[in-house]
Amino acid sequence: MKHLLSTHDLALHDALRLLDTAEEMAAVGEREIKKLPALRGRTVVNLFYEDSTRTRISFEAAAKRLSADVINFAAKGSSVSKGESLKDTAQTLEAMSADAVVIRHPASGAPARLAASGWIDAAVLNAGDGTHEHPTQALLDAFTLRRHWAKVAGTGSPGSDLTGMRVLIVGDILHSRVARSNVWLLKTLGAEVTLVGPPTLLPVGVDTWPCTVRYNLDEALADRPDAVMMLRLQAERMNAAFFPSTREYSRRWGFDDARLAALDTLGLGDTVIMHPGPMNRGLEISAAAADSVRSTVLAQVRNGVSVRMAALYLLLAGGTHDDPAAPAVRENPALSPTKEPAV
Amino acid sequence: MTGAEPTPGHGYLIRGASPLGGPRQDLLIRDGLIARVGPGAAPDSGTQVIDADGLIALPGMVDLHTHLREPGREDAETVETGSRAAALGGFTAVHAMANSSPVADTAGVVEQVYSLGERAGWVEVRPVGAVTVGLAGERMAELGAMAESRARVRVFSDDGICVSDPVLMRRALEYVKAFDGVIAQHAQEPRLTEGAQMNEGEVSAVLGLTGWPAVAEESIIARDVLLAQHVNSRLHVCHVSTAGSVEILRWAKARGIRVTAEVTPHHLLLTDDLVRSYDPVYKVNPPLRTADDVQALREALADGTIDAVGTDHAPHPSEHKECEWAQAAMGMTGLETALSVVQHSMVETGLLDWEGFARVTSTRPAEIGRLAHQGRPLAEGEPANLILVDPAARWTVDPYRMATMGRNSPFAGLQLPGRVQATFYLGHPTVLDGALNAPLTPAAKETAWTG
Amino acid sequence: MTVPAPHAGAAPRVVLAEADIDRALTRIAHEILEANKGSSDLVLLGIPRRGFPLAQRLARRIGAVDPSIDPRAITGQLDVTMYRDDLQRNPTRPPRATQLPPTGIDEKVVVLVDDVLYSGRTIRAALDALADLGRPRIVRLAVLVDRGHRELPIRADHVGKNLPTSSAERVRVHLEEIDTVAGRPVNEVVIEGGA
Repeated sequence: MKHLLSTHDLALHDALRLLDTAEEMAAVGEREIKKLPALRGRTVVNLFYEDSTRTRISFEAAAKRLSADVINFAAKGSSVSKGESLKDTAQTLEAMSADAVVIRHPASGAPARLAASGWIDAAVLNAGDGTHEHPTQALLDAFTLRRHWAKVAGTGSPGSDLTGMRVLIVGDILHSRVARSNVWLLKTLGAEVTLVGPPTLLPVGVDTWPCTVRYNLDEALADRPDAVMMLRLQAERMNAAFFPSTREYSRRWGFDDARLAALDTLGLGDTVIMHPGPMNRGLEISAAAADSVRSTVLAQVRNGVSVRMAALYLLLAGGTHDDPAAPAVRENPALSPTKEPAV
Repeated sequence: MTGAEPTPGHGYLIRGASPLGGPRQDLLIRDGLIARVGPGAAPDSGTQVIDADGLIALPGMVDLHTHLREPGREDAETVETGSRAAALGGFTAVHAMANSSPVADTAGVVEQVYSLGERAGWVEVRPVGAVTVGLAGERMAELGAMAESRARVRVFSDDGICVSDPVLMRRALEYVKAFDGVIAQHAQEPRLTEGAQMNEGEVSAVLGLTGWPAVAEESIIARDVLLAQHVNSRLHVCHVSTAGSVEILRWAKARGIRVTAEVTPHHLLLTDDLVRSYDPVYKVNPPLRTADDVQALREALADGTIDAVGTDHAPHPSEHKECEWAQAAMGMTGLETALSVVQHSMVETGLLDWEGFARVTSTRPAEIGRLAHQGRPLAEGEPANLILVDPAARWTVDPYRMATMGRNSPFAGLQLPGRVQATFYLGHPTVLDGALNAPLTPAAKETAWTG
Repeated sequence: MTVPAPHAGAAPRVVLAEADIDRALTRIAHEILEANKGSSDLVLLGIPRRGFPLAQRLARRIGAVDPSIDPRAITGQLDVTMYRDDLQRNPTRPPRATQLPPTGIDEKVVVLVDDVLYSGRTIRAALDALADLGRPRIVRLAVLVDRGHRELPIRADHVGKNLPTSSAERVRVHLEEIDTVAGRPVNEVVIEGGA
């Protein structure tokens, strides 16, 4: 794994490795000294073509906890055509010896383009591209879900997956990179995913996705999900005739107080409510739901740093860009090396 | 002076070629005409003998859909470079699309393009006139003036933009009847394709790219064939890309509607799966579709529902492709790969024989464009627009070794069959031994005309 | 799978059998108690992977001598992966868990436990890792095998066996908690390769 571009092609092996490593990173986050020397001397560039303070500071904190040098490059603005091209920016970063580029871009596929172009040799981490994917968000969601699922089962989180867990993802699936990344990753981890939203906000072709699609949130809740992930409704969709009004949207697909109460009525004591943030309180999620004990919103933010540390560590710490699927350490216990000589 | 004047000078004896893949023949070319067809023709003095053993002789290909970019975007292509590419690709005539800058919407611009083609001398360059002023879709351009100009425009198109206003489309269809013209429609319902980046379907759903639904093409074609029927006019549909469009065309032709259609080589071979790479070399309009669409298009081309191959050759400077998908320009080069791609997808699949190949690449496009001296049979007395093709050759596509200025070939790296060994344009070899030979100069033509 | 690669030179030779390992560990346990003048404040931190079971075994032996000691309460694991100085020379290794005893390590006598002491770089990494976790009063080092070839000024306080080796050879420690040979748990130290 040289880059982290999507969860679509992330193998279970790699996903578990990321999540397990994130567990160790989370443990470091609870120490007094939260810093690790693993990426000392490495340079991580946050290349953000879109404003996203949350994601950027999460990556920045992750890189700094691993002792990497961090350069923030705000290439934001819609003047891509007027400004410097992605190619020139990439070559500039290459000349500055960037070891990793964390890229947020309004165009789907921009990170993949960067990774495949040959303009730059650095590892590329997708921090959200257009309406394509947001893999570290899905990883932190999966990390949060896995901890919850393990707690419910009374087992430990490391090494476990999400087999049997039922997850609802609710809202604007069509334009959501979070939804896409979560569908692939949660499925890989064994969860049963159901998408819920207005038919206008579900992509043509969704029938080929490894999940169930429903239009009615109350019916989906009656199917007893273990987690409900509410997606943010982007302001620009509100006036684009995808639905009649925000009031109707909120009534049919918002997680309101009545639906929060319904979880209790249904006896779903362990069902959690997730949101990638930032929330539109009163629109897709009520204040009571966002602030309830079921809400994992803050845990998601916290876990974001651990997951991004894991991603940066696994992509950058090694000297070679070998596929981690190829065993770095021989796995046969009988021939396991006692200690690799530290030449 | 027209593009059909014979060229004087020494003749050429093509030895042992297989016309349309049939029995071997010798072809004697003299004074711009095919002087003789038959075995064992003896060369006289001044006749150059060309060994065509193992080569197939075909009528020179005619492209209904070429973007030569001149005037205005000479950094992307010029008439000179584009027509060199055409000759190397086996074409003896191309239709230069109207979306230049300025737009080819007046007699002045089409005559300029026509003259540039004459001066280049590699192929017959026939300008396409814009349907509406500035391709703006608001007012009809002076179609009559372009038709009566020295360029004798017969094909009119706002290609790149759909003539979406149904009243305007109706009027244009009616108006061109006065000079036997045809409206070549770029069928794309604009509201259904706002911000569209690729075929809408399974792949676009995964990639998060705004979809270009098949219905946006099919609904316009359906409307236009009904309009063409209503006013009894000629309609040509550019770059048909979906199985649904094929069904509508089949229905329309069965009803006797005067509609013709073209398909691009890339839509005969490539699918939207390639977009998964996000490499903009695969970004084109209409977009690459599914494997089912490709199959339907091949069958339609074979059975005549689709009349012709049109390359939609669309060169772009590298900076328009070396960028993010959404920012990239749409379009692919095609002149120098068309023959090979059509051989690969139609001939080697058994869907067309070489006679059928000649029909879809030469005869029908010449008829649609009303080019009297192109797409003719390989027979005595006919204009010597013909090519010699080595069907057994295999080559690997390298855009950096092409004559076009565009490096945006989606076939780069593919190994394809078939190679153009020679191209004769009005009896003059523009290509010999697979390489550019010499253009047909105006001086030579002038001599012929006055002499 | 238990047969070494043919190019490995001489067949693996067993240099410590199960009984030898047992004896060595018992002796080290006694040495630790002696050096510490008892069991107070002792914490045994094994370095993954095989240092950890060795630390557990040592703790059990210490508990046998001093029944007031709960072996599990003084044993922990210290992962040093992210402190290594050779990270960039090798494919990425996922970190393993660091688990400290509930008492922590501040003001404790920490005995680092590893299976083989070689270049000393692992121990250097362990000392760095330890410094980020707290401030022990004393840090000592116990290893099952010291094979020489040190590259840093590091020495062990307690050694099961000094084993002169050539650097072409590989020393492998097999412990039943982790390793099986032909499906059976095994405890042995072997030398592979070399002349």
